[in-house]
Amino acid sequence: MDGLAHQIVAGIATGGIYASVALAIVMIYQATHHVNFAQGEMATLSTFIAWSMIQAGMPYWVAFFGTIVVSFAIGVVVERILIRPVANAPVLTMVGVFIGLLLIIGNATGWIFGYTTKVFPSPFASDKPLFGGLVSAHELGSTLVTLTVLVLVWAFFRFTRLGLAMRAAAYNPRSARLVGIRVGWMLALGWGLAAAIGAVAGMMVAPVVFLDPTMMLGILLYAFAGALMGGIDNPAGAVLGGFSVGVLENLAGAYVVGTELKLTVALAIIIGVLVVRPSGLFGRVVLSRV
Amino acid sequence: MSASKGLHPEAAIGPIAVPAATPAWRRGLYLLVGIAVALAPLVLLESFHLFQLTMAVIMALAVLGLNIVCGYNGQISLGHGAFFAVGAYATAILMSHFDWSFWATLPVSAVVCGVIGYGIGFPALRLAGHYLALTTFSLAVAVPQILKHKSIEDWTGGVQGLFLVKPDPPAGLPLSPDQWMYVVTLIVAGACFLLAWNLIRSRIGRALIATRDNPTAAEAMGMDIASLKTRAFAVSAMITGIAGSLSAVAIEFVAPDSFSIFVSITLFVGMVVGGVASILGSLFGGLFVLFVPNIAEAISKAAPGVIYGVILILFLFLLPDGFAGLLRRIGQRLRIRP
Repeated sequence: MDGLAHQIVAGIATGGIYASVALAIVMIYQATHHVNFAQGEMATLSTFIAWSMIQAGMPYWVAFFGTIVVSFAIGVVVERILIRPVANAPVLTMVGVFIGLLLIIGNATGWIFGYTTKVFPSPFASDKPLFGGLVSAHELGSTLVTLTVLVLVWAFFRFTRLGLAMRAAAYNPRSARLVGIRVGWMLALGWGLAAAIGAVAGMMVAPVVFLDPTMMLGILLYAFAGALMGGIDNPAGAVLGGFSVGVLENLAGAYVVGTELKLTVALAIIIGVLVVRPSGLFGRVVLSRV
Repeated sequence: MSASKGLHPEAAIGPIAVPAATPAWRRGLYLLVGIAVALAPLVLLESFHLFQLTMAVIMALAVLGLNIVCGYNGQISLGHGAFFAVGAYATAILMSHFDWSFWATLPVSAVVCGVIGYGIGFPALRLAGHYLALTTFSLAVAVPQILKHKSIEDWTGGVQGLFLVKPDPPAGLPLSPDQWMYVVTLIVAGACFLLAWNLIRSRIGRALIATRDNPTAAEAMGMDIASLKTRAFAVSAMITGIAGSLSAVAIEFVAPDSFSIFVSITLFVGMVVGGVASILGSLFGGLFVLFVPNIAEAISKAAPGVIYGVILILFLFLLPDGFAGLLRRIGQRLRIRP
């Protein structure tokens, strides 16, 4: 029984990471109806930036917030330079641009920082397990950080003028433009925010999976699965989906399929959700009139 | 309506200019020149470069498979590496466990890949655009893990993979195994390209394109979209699978880690750079994905990826119809029909 409880708690901890990445994906999807295949690679790059800041002698939390700022800037720049020119292009072009982005960022990360696996420090490092061995300090800490991020993002969209403007730009760009919202910049901000959320997820997961340029590939897959499960147009659903996928993945890995097939679990979830309930558990069913 | 972009009503009902048919003697000449150019490397290149050219033709074949479902039918697949892997493993298992000859494994590999492609075509019917890209992407990510799994390790050889040997050249032909492999690849790829060429220029090919451009109108004209799409997936998987079979014997080795997500991405890049919805473009795509990384690898291990990405984005921005489209436009400029 202890084993099961531990698996669930560990699942919630990794689920928090998936939830953050899923939230980043959903934010971009909501605003532009594009799925960002490069989200994972962007997060990995951010984590490497944090790593080099820490290597340069900065205290952890300075590097943490510094990375968030830098990642936000990278997200905005990417949107302005690469995504905006093809905003109205066919889906194939968009997918192609995202794949190009994935290749460039992923390989540039390897080029700059090397392919050797690196140890990333955890700010919650303590060897003694808490609550009688149920949860490690890092699991607890990273879950708290993730939850804080999620609450902050929710509050930002719910209570600030800028958040309202961004929601309006995503929901109805034409009317939003008519009332004076700069829709293009709202999309760029959305990209920046998504990149920043991804950066937090990367820094939280790096101490667990160790830092290397392909670190996020599996995580991206679980985040996709989580986002789809909760409904790709529903941020709260995606967060819940991310947590559920984390728990499911851990339980399936521990009791059903073993660790070798964990990625296949994500594939099964994705296909299952898309075939059985394409709008996800909490998504809107979109009917298009022809 | 985005489908009727720029098409003037009169243009649609006006007389269609039918290009004059190429005279038979000229077609025969083209064919002879083509065969001569294709066979020239046998005498001109030494073994390693011939092997590379063989791989380029194989990649071109795989890109052709992707082009049928993605370029002509508009179903975005980022997971065609999976079919490539299945084809390679089908041939490798039959050859190393059952001592089949290479030629005998080809139909089996084609059927297996076709059936799997048909099967994947069904969920694909309910998924369009990004969702399909995402699902096939995750399929491609999961493939190496599935291939490594313990339950099929006896067949697949697990992480170590399987070794096999190239088919021997028939007695009496003065060819080395490498040269014979090149000829085999040419024959198989030639047959598949011819098949694809005829398919695309037939009624079914036009139906595939119509389904891509305007599914509603196509359905209103009586096309069975579901069956067209699943069959397009099957044919596409079959061709890419055959390319996988060829690659298994050409390299004489298969292992799970050589079928990572980057195979699928490579095929996608090849398709875009060569030319989306272009049969000739697939050939350029194959040459591109094989030779550009070799050149780039001289700079750094990571360089091919970065250069790939940059070239992919540049093509999408500047030459969305790829290299084949560029040639077509130059041809039109020069008033020569390509």
